[in-house]
Amino acid sequence: MSDEKDPKTSPTPPEGDKAVEAKPAPKKEKPAAPPKLVMSASPHVHKGQDVTGIMRDVFWALVPAVLVGIWFFGLPALRVVAITVGGCLLFEWGYLKLLKRPGSITDFSAAVTGLLLAMNLPSTSPWWMCLVGAFVAIIIAKQIYGGLGYNPFNPALVARVLLLISFPVQMTTWAKPSSIIAFDAATGATPLGALKEYLSMGNTLPLPADQGASILQLVIGLRGGCLGEVSVAALLLGGIFLLWRGHIRWQIPVGFIGTVALVTGIAWLASPGSYASPLLHCLSGGLILGAFFMATDMVTTPVTRKGMLVFGIGCGLITAVIRLWGGYPEGVSFAILLMNAATPLIDRFTKPRVFGARKLYQEAKTA
Amino acid sequence: MRFKGGIHPKYNKSTAASSVEKMPLLGRYVVPISQHIGAPGEVIVKKGQEVGRGEPLTKAGGFVSAPVFAPTSGKVKAIKEFPHMMGNMQMAIEIIADGEDTCWEGVKPLGLWREQTPEDLKSAIAAAGLVGMGGATFPTHVKLSPPADKPIDTFILNGAECEPYLTSDHRVMVEQATEVMEGVGLMMRVLGVTKGYVGVEANKKDALEALRNACPKDLDIEFALLEVKYPQGSEKHLIYALTGKTVPAGGLPMEVGCLVQNVGTAVAALEAVEKGWSLIERVTTVTGSGINEPKNISARVGTPLQDVIAFCGGLTSAASKVIFGGPMMGFSQFSLDVSLIKGTSGILCLDADEVTQFTAGPCIRCGACVDVCPMGLVPSALGQYAERDRYAELGELCVNDCIECGSCAYVCPSHRPLVQLFKRGKAELRKLQQQAG
Amino acid sequence: MIVATCVLAGLGLVAGLGLGLAAKFFAVEVDPRQEEIGDILPGANCGGCGYAGCSDFAKGVVEGKAAPDACPVGGAETAADIGRIMGITIEEKERSVALVLCQGDSTAAPTKFHYNGMTSCASAALVGGGDKLCGAGCLGLADCQMVCPFGAIEMTEGGIARVISERCTSCGKCVTACPKNIIQIVPASAPIHILCRNTDKGGVARKACTYACIGCKKCEKFTGDGSMVVTNALASTDYTNPPQDPAVIGECPNACIKELDLSKKAVQH
Repeated sequence: MSDEKDPKTSPTPPEGDKAVEAKPAPKKEKPAAPPKLVMSASPHVHKGQDVTGIMRDVFWALVPAVLVGIWFFGLPALRVVAITVGGCLLFEWGYLKLLKRPGSITDFSAAVTGLLLAMNLPSTSPWWMCLVGAFVAIIIAKQIYGGLGYNPFNPALVARVLLLISFPVQMTTWAKPSSIIAFDAATGATPLGALKEYLSMGNTLPLPADQGASILQLVIGLRGGCLGEVSVAALLLGGIFLLWRGHIRWQIPVGFIGTVALVTGIAWLASPGSYASPLLHCLSGGLILGAFFMATDMVTTPVTRKGMLVFGIGCGLITAVIRLWGGYPEGVSFAILLMNAATPLIDRFTKPRVFGARKLYQEAKTA
Repeated sequence: MRFKGGIHPKYNKSTAASSVEKMPLLGRYVVPISQHIGAPGEVIVKKGQEVGRGEPLTKAGGFVSAPVFAPTSGKVKAIKEFPHMMGNMQMAIEIIADGEDTCWEGVKPLGLWREQTPEDLKSAIAAAGLVGMGGATFPTHVKLSPPADKPIDTFILNGAECEPYLTSDHRVMVEQATEVMEGVGLMMRVLGVTKGYVGVEANKKDALEALRNACPKDLDIEFALLEVKYPQGSEKHLIYALTGKTVPAGGLPMEVGCLVQNVGTAVAALEAVEKGWSLIERVTTVTGSGINEPKNISARVGTPLQDVIAFCGGLTSAASKVIFGGPMMGFSQFSLDVSLIKGTSGILCLDADEVTQFTAGPCIRCGACVDVCPMGLVPSALGQYAERDRYAELGELCVNDCIECGSCAYVCPSHRPLVQLFKRGKAELRKLQQQAG
Repeated sequence: MIVATCVLAGLGLVAGLGLGLAAKFFAVEVDPRQEEIGDILPGANCGGCGYAGCSDFAKGVVEGKAAPDACPVGGAETAADIGRIMGITIEEKERSVALVLCQGDSTAAPTKFHYNGMTSCASAALVGGGDKLCGAGCLGLADCQMVCPFGAIEMTEGGIARVISERCTSCGKCVTACPKNIIQIVPASAPIHILCRNTDKGGVARKACTYACIGCKKCEKFTGDGSMVVTNALASTDYTNPPQDPAVIGECPNACIKELDLSKKAVQH
């Protein structure tokens, strides 16, 4: 490129060759002529996956459970979904615009947060509560930490827990699910709520038939609860989709649900009269929703497989402890948030072994 | 043995079946004096001097160095700075060919390698300017001179060619199988090694068969088909895959008694000894969506890139990136005035829509990079520390073990330029350590 | 209720006692002058003095290791105050500022390729030396702006860095941050500056940037007193003896020489 003494030393490939046009060594006074190549560090090819694609997949994975919720709880549920998703998008857009931050609402992350928040609310939630939730999720739990990728806690869960402790009445007013299918709906209360109340009155299990919910009702979702957590079948469908797409790893859901089953199972075996069966625990409440969609949120969970397993087990332990011996009937949200706080620590202690790390080498030498 | 991590990119080895075409002689060559890792050579020719094909233009500037040679007979036109494939300006020697291509009178074959002493073989290899032709360009004679306390007991021929697109090693293995295996025997003789391995990725079964058939009876060589996975051809991972030995972090293969050589280097070693040829020609793959006629070519070292491209039908109108090497670890070029060097295993021309667009979006901690890192690092954390200029932490997280294979950046959904961050981090860390003494 | 109150009060008492005792036993003797100096230092902890922060610098001054006038931020007043505390007189040091020696914005300096990667000059410089055709051109990715503790660097519309000299304290952070070494600390009183670091010769330099120094030596001949010298095809100002006559500006064929008033200083707050 720098040939100032003798410009004729420039190479002279055959006339009319295409390479001549592409040659970026211009003659004097023509610095703008040659087409410029792109230059970057390696690698020069990419798998072709992006954040928007992942978020879109998560969004679609949530849709079946939301549709079931809308089906059972009707228009009020649709209203909740619309307000939270719309609110989240609006707050995200406004914040990015106002503070001139990079990023865009078209990356689906705010939509996913909105959808998850809606799924964690009762269908009876008043509109203002939905908006407060959206505000807390997007602005307080996500954006003031720096936006996508920097929030330490799952935004939707922060919003849910804030609403739960601020507006306990509204957050535990459950509508009775109704359906055109000829199944009898369970009672309006959530199965776990009914369980806790029944036990707190000094009764022994099993629950009378009119207060609990059958396994079938739990699986299809004909029971009281937040609008997105009721249908185990629909949630599993979405969860399996995400596992198949590789967006979530099995370690978290398996660790989470497995630990809940184990702990509640041991308690149940020890005293079936005062503890419910592990099957009820696994299928009710927000466990499936939490284990597949909330505890697997990439940003707020460990990055290594080992760390994910630890995370899942920790979530399971806390959930089981809260459900069995705590004051709240349900503990999934608290468990995930607490483990979110532990994520940096888990990451620190579950670093993979560096290939050929010194420790290994010294062991081999002394052996 | 399977190593952990790694990726399965689209291999795009469309030129795997096309035979090597010899490039016709050109009128002009530009030979950079630094084509290897180590000290650049000292120029021993003068402007205006007539040189013959294979005549040394420089002499090695130290032990870890290698000379360069005149690719054809002609006249030295200039000795000055030219664009270099590393992206900067470097000293190079411009030769105007006389068209005769007469051989330098100093070219003398040593004779059959089996009749030579290891020392003679090694000095012939050093004199021929051999370097690792897989792209690392480490001087071969240095590799063949292990320190006394680190004896080599295993020779490994690297035929993995795990970089997508590239097929030059594949063609060499198929077309010059005998030469490759003779070269392997030669280098094993230099080292006094009896056990050898040949590792070839499973997508090149024909190459492995050709080598197996061409193997001299007196060599104890184990032939292995390797899993098709990038970076299978990385020295450390190849050794692990073939022998199960783990090269210690920060160490060289000789720590576990292994030595890895590229197939092109094996052929060049044989030619250096039995024909007296110095390293002035190599096989390279010219491919990608951005070139009109992808092919494998045999070109003289010092051939200007634009002549190579012209020989392959020119760039397409959509071509936006020209890369020396493969798509995972190659160096992108800004100028077609650079020349082919000893380590150029491929020239990849990519269309705009095939090229990675780095955006430096935030890390969403998805952990994909952790899953694929073959070195067991946590690229996501490394990237975040590097971005915030926290180089001490980078050192604690073993950034120096990163082999820059690019697997992390390949899978990153945020398209973060992780390899660039690590390169920068390593450079800054080195500065910090120098300051600390 | 009473029990709880007593327990809490007791706990508080024990903890308070513990802290008090610890403060007594583990107290570190500090030269009172060190604290005094620490109080008058600007507190920016910029590191421009070469110490880890303001209190580290204060310690260095008291121990006699650091020059009392080494704080570039506080300037003459702070140096005088430190001198008073230390009981020595300080000669007034001339104010200096950082200056970006490049005028090659997007209209003047062409690029040689499209860069794709980290938005950081130091990282970009690893890829083909940066996208500017000029080897000494400002890459405009704002590394200097990021490190400046005083907000004294802005990026111009043409995409190169410019020091806002009123705010500059010459702490030197930008000088080390710049991978192209085109930021220099210059005396604020010097009126005439050569704003180029390109060492290419004639035609190459001209191709690289319309404001490139081509090493023609016209300025060297015009000044004649060694205040501007050309070495390695690049003219530079001798800031120990800066040129004063603005007539030299007209001599430069590529307008590399500029008259700048860098002596203004923002009101300290």
